[in-house]
Amino acid sequence: MDELLVRWLRLAAARVGEAREHLTDLDAAIGDGDHGINLDRGFRELVHRLDTGACPADPPSRVLEAAGRTLISTVGGASGALYGRALGRAGAALAVADGVLVATGDDPRPSREARASLAFAAAVDAVAALGRATPGEKTMLDALVPARAAFAVALASGATFADAAARAADAAEDGARATIPLLATKGRASYLGERSIGHLDPGATSSALLLRALADSVADV
Amino acid sequence: MVSLVLIGHSSALLHALRAMIAQAAPAVPVATAGGTAAGNLGTSSPAFLDALRAGLAASGGDGVVVLFDLGSAAMALEMAVEELSPADRALVAVSDGPLVEGAVRASVEAAGGAARLQVLAAADAERRTAKLPPDWLASLDA
Repeated sequence: MDELLVRWLRLAAARVGEAREHLTDLDAAIGDGDHGINLDRGFRELVHRLDTGACPADPPSRVLEAAGRTLISTVGGASGALYGRALGRAGAALAVADGVLVATGDDPRPSREARASLAFAAAVDAVAALGRATPGEKTMLDALVPARAAFAVALASGATFADAAARAADAAEDGARATIPLLATKGRASYLGERSIGHLDPGATSSALLLRALADSVADV
Repeated sequence: MVSLVLIGHSSALLHALRAMIAQAAPAVPVATAGGTAAGNLGTSSPAFLDALRAGLAASGGDGVVVLFDLGSAAMALEMAVEELSPADRALVAVSDGPLVEGAVRASVEAAGGAARLQVLAAADAERRTAKLPPDWLASLDA
């Protein structure tokens, strides 16, 4: 999982770079017009820290915590806080799982699937808690919550890790598209009231992009 | 003396506000943090944390009252406050009042030697304080 995690973060950075203008345009329509620019800056710094070793390559808990800190300090704005907190809490959840393992002496280590589910759930919970948001409010959660459900359901039904990640990305993309008719009630877009209707949410879009990058990282193996 | 910590999306906005406060209450310590680490508009929880620590250090144990601009700053503030020690956290009060009116009002209160919760109440009260007299529009029409 260690290699997968780093591969995902690097691919996510590349995809964010490609989508920089698109995300910024979406944000200009209903927000403050800096989502792509901010995310790109943060992910570039993350890649730089992975290259230099300032961000460790393992264990996964520490990779995620360092990546989260990087986004918090370099992205700026709500998206940096939310994504940074999401990665940090995912890392913390893995660290707790590692601690439980040490305490119980369980062996073998839990599957990559179990650890990924745990981390995914913690990340989505972190976004909901910090943003005080629920699905349906035209936010990242409209992509993340269905994706988490799709991931867990797929794994529980015996799907492979790659399949589950692909279904999570599909659900995130569907969820992001479904934000178009929604009225924003959280974040800067909520200032627009009715005028937020008819626009794709930039946060849900970037969340779907990050999850598609995850699915593609797994599929590449 | 209670310190003010002003946080938000724009360094220029907060510096100008600090200058207004300096006219009304020059003795009150004011720490500001606005904009991202890259110098753009936006919020930065590490910068907020630095401002909180500066405000706490300047307050001589009396604590700080924080005012912020737009709602999303509260998220970065929450993350910054979590980084403080429990003892420091207990000295931080966050106002839900309007940034400009609340900060100016709070600074005058702090300059008078009020305790942290009194300064907080003064800033919060600005949410409910009308700026226009009730007959203002009517007087224009007359």
